[in-house]
Amino acid sequence: MSTSTTAPARRPARRTVGDRWAALPRPAKIVVWVLLALFCYALPLLNPPLISTPQSDFGSVMFTVAAYGLVALGLNIVLGYAGLLDLGYVGFYAIGAYTVAVFGSLHGKLPFVLLVVLAVCITTASGLLLGAPTLRVRGDYLAIVTLGFGEIVRLVFLNTEWLNGARGITDVPRPPDLPLFDVPQLQWDGFVAYVDLGTQSTFMEFGLLDGIPYYWLALTVIIVVLVADVLLQSSRVGRAWEATREDEEAAELNGVPTFRYKLLAFAMGAFIGGLSGALYAARTGVVNPETFVIQLSVLFLAAVVIGGQGNRWGVLLGAVVVAYLPERFREFAEYRVLAFGLLLLLLANFRPQGLLPPRRARRATAAAAELAELEHSGSAGGDTKEGGIRA
Amino acid sequence: MLRTVSTAQEDTPVRSIVKLATPFAAAALLLTACGGTTGGSTDTESSAGAAAGCPEGASIGFFGALTGPNANLGNNIQNGVKLAVEQHNAKPDACQVTVTPYDSQGLPDQASGLATQAVRDTKVLGLVGPAFSGESKVADPLFAEAGLVGITPSATNPALADNGWETFFRVLGNDASQGPAAASYITNTLQAKKVYVIDDASEYGKGLADIVRTSLGAASAGNDTVQTGQTDFSAVVAGIRASGADAVFYGGYYSEAGLLLKQMREAGVTTTFVTDDGAKDEGLVTAAGAANAEGTIITCPCLPPDKAGGTFVADYTAAYGTAPGTYSAEGYDAATILMAGIEAGNTTREDLLAFVKTYDAPGVTKQLKFDEKGEPSDVTVWAYKIEGGQIVADQEIKAS
Amino acid sequence: MSLETFIDLTFTGLVVGAIYGLFALGYTLVYGVLRLINFAHSEVFMWGSFAAVWVMMVLGARTGMGVLPAVGLLLLALVAAMVVSGGVALVVERVAYRRLRTKNAPPLVALISAIGMSFVLSEVMGLRDKITEWVGLSQPLAPYVERAREYVSFTNPLPSVTLFSISGFQVRSTQVIVLVAAVLMMVGLDQFVRRSRLGRGVRAVSQDPEAAALMGVDKNRVIQLTFLLGGLMAGAAAVLYLMHIGVTRFNVGFILGIKAFTAAVLGGIGNIRGALLGGLVLGLAENYGSNLLGSNWKDVVSFLLLVLVLLFRPTGILGESLGKARA
Repeated sequence: MSTSTTAPARRPARRTVGDRWAALPRPAKIVVWVLLALFCYALPLLNPPLISTPQSDFGSVMFTVAAYGLVALGLNIVLGYAGLLDLGYVGFYAIGAYTVAVFGSLHGKLPFVLLVVLAVCITTASGLLLGAPTLRVRGDYLAIVTLGFGEIVRLVFLNTEWLNGARGITDVPRPPDLPLFDVPQLQWDGFVAYVDLGTQSTFMEFGLLDGIPYYWLALTVIIVVLVADVLLQSSRVGRAWEATREDEEAAELNGVPTFRYKLLAFAMGAFIGGLSGALYAARTGVVNPETFVIQLSVLFLAAVVIGGQGNRWGVLLGAVVVAYLPERFREFAEYRVLAFGLLLLLLANFRPQGLLPPRRARRATAAAAELAELEHSGSAGGDTKEGGIRA
Repeated sequence: MLRTVSTAQEDTPVRSIVKLATPFAAAALLLTACGGTTGGSTDTESSAGAAAGCPEGASIGFFGALTGPNANLGNNIQNGVKLAVEQHNAKPDACQVTVTPYDSQGLPDQASGLATQAVRDTKVLGLVGPAFSGESKVADPLFAEAGLVGITPSATNPALADNGWETFFRVLGNDASQGPAAASYITNTLQAKKVYVIDDASEYGKGLADIVRTSLGAASAGNDTVQTGQTDFSAVVAGIRASGADAVFYGGYYSEAGLLLKQMREAGVTTTFVTDDGAKDEGLVTAAGAANAEGTIITCPCLPPDKAGGTFVADYTAAYGTAPGTYSAEGYDAATILMAGIEAGNTTREDLLAFVKTYDAPGVTKQLKFDEKGEPSDVTVWAYKIEGGQIVADQEIKAS
Repeated sequence: MSLETFIDLTFTGLVVGAIYGLFALGYTLVYGVLRLINFAHSEVFMWGSFAAVWVMMVLGARTGMGVLPAVGLLLLALVAAMVVSGGVALVVERVAYRRLRTKNAPPLVALISAIGMSFVLSEVMGLRDKITEWVGLSQPLAPYVERAREYVSFTNPLPSVTLFSISGFQVRSTQVIVLVAAVLMMVGLDQFVRRSRLGRGVRAVSQDPEAAALMGVDKNRVIQLTFLLGGLMAGAAAVLYLMHIGVTRFNVGFILGIKAFTAAVLGGIGNIRGALLGGLVLGLAENYGSNLLGSNWKDVVSFLLLVLVLLFRPTGILGESLGKARA
């Protein structure tokens, strides 16, 4: 019934990090979360050696990582929760970016906040429009249909004169400034740190030369999306998705309107993809059809699959792998696609749950292991092992 | 936790600096620092080090694709840049300069991080690049804001010069100079009455082809747009054949140009083929086959190397073992301007920018002098012809 | 549109369509037996095309070398491409599919595995200059690995001549050869699957794998055979493609693969005759669409066609399944 039962049965897990974490009192958890968030906000200012990117501006790279992280969270809803393989996710990202550019620069001068709202509305609508007819086709057909959708979006942008064709759109509006205070960065000489008062980031001033405020903005959006994601997944909707993914017919028989839930997942994925595209356009200031090639879709897919589809922390880790590592090791940039190909191949064959498997998969693995053990001991005629199936 | 607090470190004299004892104290210190010194810090980016004449580790950047699908072009240019820098460094008492590569892979979305990095690295005094028009749009505003001079050897989009970027210069004619020249060659020299104009929908190819269409006026007898990466051109060939055109102009790069040419000839269409500097590469001949490519005309806002005099071709061949590729000479010229500036003691970004603005000296490709928009003031467009599998200079196209 | 242009578009559309059809067989066969989309099939084609290019380079093919040696060289290139493509297809089966099959993994995992395999195969070709440098072979192999990311040309030793003309349109010999060869190959494969013992095994497994296994059909053998047959056909398609188009590149398979897959779905995936029919329809649609809307809309036309077919007739024109191809 479940995809995860394919994993080989192991001995029941001992107390894992996850279990210890679960045992922590609630205030302690909140403190850890806040500290973690603060650390994430401060990361580009700390500019830590070994982690910082020597050949590209670290703040800008961190923004890209955050943008990919957001995309991965969106695609995770579609692929990880609802089990729909979307190979054209770049289409939503592109539509979000273009909406901001078209109505903020080319054919209008709408204020930024309105642009973002418009961008997510249009991408969500396009998600519904694409999903309504296509979600009825078989799973692997859906992959090809969405692949076609992604290419069609790019080619339409490229060939439509009203959208400036290959020239793309410049002067995309930036988020409104809210300058409150300056924060200096650290510079490192080997492992000795200097506070560099010459290079300061203004909180929150969206300039050309400083990627960090954009990163902060994207990180804030990620945190909001994460909270919504947690609430959503543990709700009725999340359970409906899980049921649909694991066995669509059984879910339908139990009264889950699977099509409607799949469409909802598709629309929510589109929403987040569009949001990320809008942020991307605001940061670069330029949109161009050649950015939104199908390879980007595959990169997004790689982030979700490598990280662990269905686990929000896993897909964020995957986004870091996909967006950060090539910038950190730019000298190996040429081997990037090869490396992702190998990773996909290896993960699919040896660890289909990804680097950080979702808790459900871990739970199911443990349950399967205990079941196997019970059966084993039962057939051996011995007495039943103590301890039931840990939920 | 704080061991010393000093404001004038020798190695980085231009910045206020607070030294830390351990990296792990960073976060704590961060809060103190921003509480205490926010108002007091001013940007002391200017002067100071200039008096030294030759700053330690002085460098010029090269911004373009060094890996990825467009790496060939980027490496052609970078080789030209490196040659100019090495020749400069070899002079007695020269201020030693290095080349810092910024490998954009030709992707606009990588450009902002790299451009920021270049701006932040105060040792980078000037840049050659960005190589393509798309990444220029992302990176040039940053350079303009930072006052970092960027001389592009290959981005030919006319609109780039209209943004008011003080730091933008280019050493080759833009598409607005090449387009009318190509049209004039087709109608005057080739005496063509009906011209079929095709582009590849790219910013460069379509921009140029549109200018050619306008310049041709009534002689433009048909249009088509192909895609970069397209391989089957049978519908395009059918269109050319049906139009009865006596010349074809293709705006785009050499891969598609070569393939289209090959499929035209194999389908028995013998119409004269005219294309642009983006197709001026031996790859055109390779893709089309020497026999099919014979007689093809290539227009280019660049002087044939032998017309320029000097020893550039020989030097380049000696250094890299191959003849200069597309835009190698432009890369060399752009770097030469920066080197001349550094040699004249302009070792701050500000001084170097001022020097480039007033530069006026012969280069390999043309007289190097810029107008107020950063465009070269002296542009000659040449027609080249493919003969026996080689691209040879045909004639200068005089403005009509 | 003049009559001449219409005939021109129709004829060249059929030529390209026949190549799509031949290429599509790999998707159709594998889908028929495994119910999986072999995403890496595009790279099987690409590797075959390189084999053909290299054979011509090694043997020093040039135009105008006499008809007999030219035909001999083309046949050699065909054999080389088919062997390499067949081999790569077997590697794909072994590396990307076998382990997952024994574990009964869900189709999405198999698809992701195949996507990974496809990247690896295409990037290895695209990085062949770097790879030979590591191995220390870049010197002797230079002409074969230089400019690894760019197009390489195929030398067709057989000159293309005008055979006859229909109302102004000249029919060229190469186009006729490509069209006839593609159709012949497909008829041959169709007969093989319908009549031979091995072919019966393929049909049996695609109809009912369990029953076939009970009847003593070795399922693994059959699956390998399906991959091999698809690979052989892709190799042949690669040579015909080179004769018609003239160049190949490390990433040439990607778009072509999607086209071929579209052809397979259009005709009815799992259906051998459907692949040919789907290919021809797609080739024609692309050419007419390009002429009416401009060549830049060509891919949009084929993608839209794919989406529409999947939505309104997901079983394709001739219906699905190898098994139903009358016994």
